[in-house]
This record gives sequence, structure tokens and C-alpha cells, in this order.
Amino acid sequence: MNRRDFLKFAGVLAFGIAAHQSVNLISQSRARDEKKSTKAWAMAISFSACARREGCRDCIDICHLIHNVPEFDNPKDGLRWIWASPYESVFADQTNPFNRGMLKNLSVLCLCNHCDNPPCVKVCPTKATWKREDGIVMMDYHRCIGCRYCMAACPYGARSFNWRDPRPFIKNINKDYPNRMKGVVEKCNFCEERLSQGLIPACVDICPEKALIFGDLNDPDSEVSKVLRARFSIQRRPYLATGPRVFYIF
Amino acid sequence: MIEKALKGGSRYWLWIGFLFVLIIVGFLSYLKQLAHGLGITGMGRDVSWGLYIANFTFFVGVAASAVVVVLPYYIHDYKRFKGITILGEFLAISAVIMTILFIFVDLGAPSRVLNIILYPSPSSLLFWDMVVLTGYLILNIIIGWWSLDAEDKEMEQPRWIRPLVYISIPWAISIHTVTAFIYSGLIARSFWHTALLAPRFLASAFASGPSLLIILSLIAKRWAGLEVERDAIKKVSVIIAYALAIHIFFVLVEIFTVFYGDMPAHTDHFRFLFLGVTGKRFLVPWAWGSVICALIAFITLLKNSDRLNEKPLVFACILTILSIWAEKGIGLVIAGFIPTPLDEIPRYYPTLFEVLICIGIYATGFLVLTVLYKIAASIRGKNRPFS
Repeated sequence: MNRRDFLKFAGVLAFGIAAHQSVNLISQSRARDEKKSTKAWAMAISFSACARREGCRDCIDICHLIHNVPEFDNPKDGLRWIWASPYESVFADQTNPFNRGMLKNLSVLCLCNHCDNPPCVKVCPTKATWKREDGIVMMDYHRCIGCRYCMAACPYGARSFNWRDPRPFIKNINKDYPNRMKGVVEKCNFCEERLSQGLIPACVDICPEKALIFGDLNDPDSEVSKVLRARFSIQRRPYLATGPRVFYIF
Repeated sequence: MIEKALKGGSRYWLWIGFLFVLIIVGFLSYLKQLAHGLGITGMGRDVSWGLYIANFTFFVGVAASAVVVVLPYYIHDYKRFKGITILGEFLAISAVIMTILFIFVDLGAPSRVLNIILYPSPSSLLFWDMVVLTGYLILNIIIGWWSLDAEDKEMEQPRWIRPLVYISIPWAISIHTVTAFIYSGLIARSFWHTALLAPRFLASAFASGPSLLIILSLIAKRWAGLEVERDAIKKVSVIIAYALAIHIFFVLVEIFTVFYGDMPAHTDHFRFLFLGVTGKRFLVPWAWGSVICALIAFITLLKNSDRLNEKPLVFACILTILSIWAEKGIGLVIAGFIPTPLDEIPRYYPTLFEVLICIGIYATGFLVLTVLYKIAASIRGKNRPFS
């Protein structure tokens, strides 16, 4: 190949790549327009309704069951998508000497906040975690390299890592949802697999006290919108400006 | 030139053999970790980074600190640094290799490591750390190798090396700055979320890295007959003393800011580190050990600065390395996770396998270092038992 041919070849190649890229971009943006979700999923959790049934674990059990979250004896190896922690731990920054006694035995449900400005997404070196248009912070279990930078970045302790092979520790494997291999991070996905079928998240669905309210913030008539307009609500560590989509009401 | 590393006395081969044994033990432990998962380490849900990332952070500092000898030698044309500069560059190479290995063994899914390149994510500091560490490794290999090769052939150093050296100087600063940004960019952990972290990292690196370099230089001088000027050692020891002073100052600045402000979210980590919380005091000996080592090292270096007795110098260097390793490695990484976002005080103890893997990586670093120093010695050194 002489110099002239090489330049021609390189020119055609460069043009080809540029054309391919721009077609890609156009088609992507079109796809984005089509898919452009008008949804903004959010959840409100009522402390008082949740507290009515002491020791109830229905939401935790159903979530971990359908999502194949394993159960380990050693808490160090443990994983959790949704869990209960004492109020004074979860809201350590929102207690005072007077409410401390009142809230002493209050358990608070915790899960991924699906932040508007998720710190975990920013730090991921492989884009294995990303925010969807509808606000759900997603995980790609097949791309995650297990560096756990997202776990260090999450201010809510919402992310778990598969320290061991989870499969032997899953009691009943749900074939409709993928199980994970060791060495990847996972967390609550707001039941996106159910949402895509028009169902509400399993934890919301199963709660006997209707303590969990889920819906679309872009729809002013959704239950969650109405509740958040009508009642006083708090968020976990709001001063970090992550914009949690999980709200707590009394 | 590599063939020069294949000729050596019995002591040389004994040392190489010893390192290989450690590497094999480390490698077998790593295979065990691969089979079982990272649950084999002391890390867990709450303390999700441990000894690997601590060592990674420390050795990035060691790698960056080569600039302490490269800068005077190349920019200020300080000829007496000739002997120690090549040792510094080679130390940087082996330190970067160790940092890459420490990151690699920390990955849960190492077979997917190329995803960092396949899906480049400029918003992630880990992506940038990969870029700067790889670049720094390549720069140092080229600079160190070709300048020694020129010497071997008794030629002038090739002219294109100069611009690479000039690039390598800010590049060295960048590797430790980016490493600090990995931590300081996180709002979730108030212990790390301080703009002082990168300057602190650099100050402590310029104390600990050159300390290691002095010890290695003295060993290379004695065992391989490598020429390292006394004056170079003396100058570097002064640099260590000042870097240590700046490091101590930075830590005190941090402590003032945190405790005068007295916000629990900020003080809790320091309280846990230096005093322990609810009976859990496993980091307290490391924290105070680090403080005491730094102070003794600083005083020893000051007292020794005009005479340069080797024994107190080596003593001070060892204390400096231990102090910074405990402070920047163990203390910084683990206390960042404790208390957790849910205000818990978890435990973290490295396991045997975790320690063996670390030792295997140290041995790999030392093997690379030994081979590189051996080559340097066979070109520059006088015949000694080790060469």
C-alpha cells in the first residue's frame, strides 16, 4: 500500500466511523425520546403505620424471596435490599433529647433511596450502575467488577456485596429473577421487573398496614403525591443533597 | 539488559528463591480467595475496603515520591543525585506494580477488569486512577530503562528522555492527588471528605517514600556496591524531616478543624480512631503508634541532620514508614467506614489469607525491585557478594 492509498483508506475509514457514530447518536436520541418516561417513582413510608405490627417482616421477606437475596449466618457476609434499623441510627441527625425517648423503640424501614443525584452512579468505573429516566437507580450484575467504590460512596448503606457465592444460601430460588454470582454489588431496584408489568413493588403490595405508599411524583393525583403534599415528611440525610426518592411520614 | 539479572552469586539466588516462595504462597492464597470469594478476608458489609486498599493507598505514595529525587537531579541539575535517582525511578516502577496488584486482588469479579477500559467512565476517579497509574508506570519504565541502557552502551542519554522526565514530575503529583480524590470526593464519609486530603497524602508520601528509598539505597550500596553519594542520602533525609513536619502540621490542622467545630458527624470517626467507641478500640493502638513513631522519627532526623550516622537514620526511616503506613493505610481507610452510615461500630480484622496475599504482593514488588537494582548494579556497581 503506498502513501496515497493509505490516506484514501484512512479517509474512508474515518468517514465510516463518523457516519456510524452519528447514526448511532441519532437513533439513540430517538429511542430516548420514545422511551422518555413521564414517571418519577417515589415511595413514602409511614412510621406509625409500620409500627402497628411489631416484629412484622413481611416486606423484607417477600423482597428477599423474589429477588433471590441470600441469607448468611455471619452478618459480615450479609446482604440486604430492605431492612429495619432503629430510628436513632437511621436518623441520628434528626433526634433531640426530647424525642429520643419517644422514638426509642421505633424501627425504620430502609432501602435504596433512588437518589435524584446518586453518588454511587458517579463513582462507578464501568457504568454498571446508572439512573433511569424514571429515577430508578439500576445495577448491571454482569458488568460490575466488584470494586465496591459505590458502597463507599453510598451515604445510606443501601448497597450490598456478594462476599461469597450466594446460591447455596438462597432458600427458594425464584426462577423469574436472576440470581447473582459472588463478587458483585446489588441493591433494591424498586421492583423494576414488576413495574414493567404494571405491578407495584412487592414490599408495598404485601404490607398489611399499607405503611408503604408508592407512585409517580409527576402525576399530581397519585397517592404518593397526595400524601407528600398533605403530610409532613422527612428524608435521610437531606443536607447531602442527593435527593432521596424515599420519604418518611409520621 | 535483562540478561544481567540472570547472573548472580548464591546469595542473590537465595534471595530470589525466598521471594518466589512468598509469591507462590500469596498466589495460592489468592486462588483460595477466587474460589471462596472476598468473604475470605476480614472485609464485610460495613467495612467494605480493608488491607488491600490500605496498601494500595500507601504504595501510590511511595511511587509518587520518586519525584523527590527526580526533580533535583533533572530540573536543578543536582549531579550528586545521580546514583539515588535511578534507584528512585526503579522503586516507583515496583511500587506502581504493587498498587495495580492490590487493586486487582480487591476486585470481586477480576475476570471483568477490562470493563474499566471497555466502558470508560470519566466521572469515576477510579477510572482516572487507572489512567494516571498506567501512564506513570510506562513513563518510569521508559525513563529508567533507556537512561541505564545508554549508560551501559557508554552513550549520551537520548535527548527525547528529557521531555518525558518533565512530564513525569507533575504526573507523579497527579497519581497521589487522584488517589486522594477517590476518597475526598465522597460525601458519604465525612472522614475523607476534606480538601486537605490530597496535600496530606503528598506530604506523608514525601516522608515515607524517600524513607524506603534511603533504606534500599543503603542496602544496594552495601550488598550490590551501587554508588549512592553520602550527600544525596543526607539531602533526602532533610527532605524527609520537612515532609514529616508538614504532614504532622496537616494532621493537626485537620484535628483542630474537626474538634473545634465539634460536629458529631465529623468528630465520631476521629474519636473512634484515637479513643475507641463502646469498647471497640482495635484501631487505637495503630493511631497512637503512628503518632509516636512520627514524633520520634522527626526528632531523630533533626538531631541527626548534620552528622548523618547511618544507624539513627535507618531507625528514623523505619519509624516513618511504619507511622505513615498505619496512618494513611490502616487508619484512613478503615476509620472512614466507622461509624457506618447507620451509626454502627463494626469490627475489621484482616484474615490470614488476606495477609498472605498482601505478603505475596510485597514479594512481587521486591522481586521486580531486586531485578531492576541488579541490572543497575551490574552496570554501575563494583563487584560485591550480592552482584
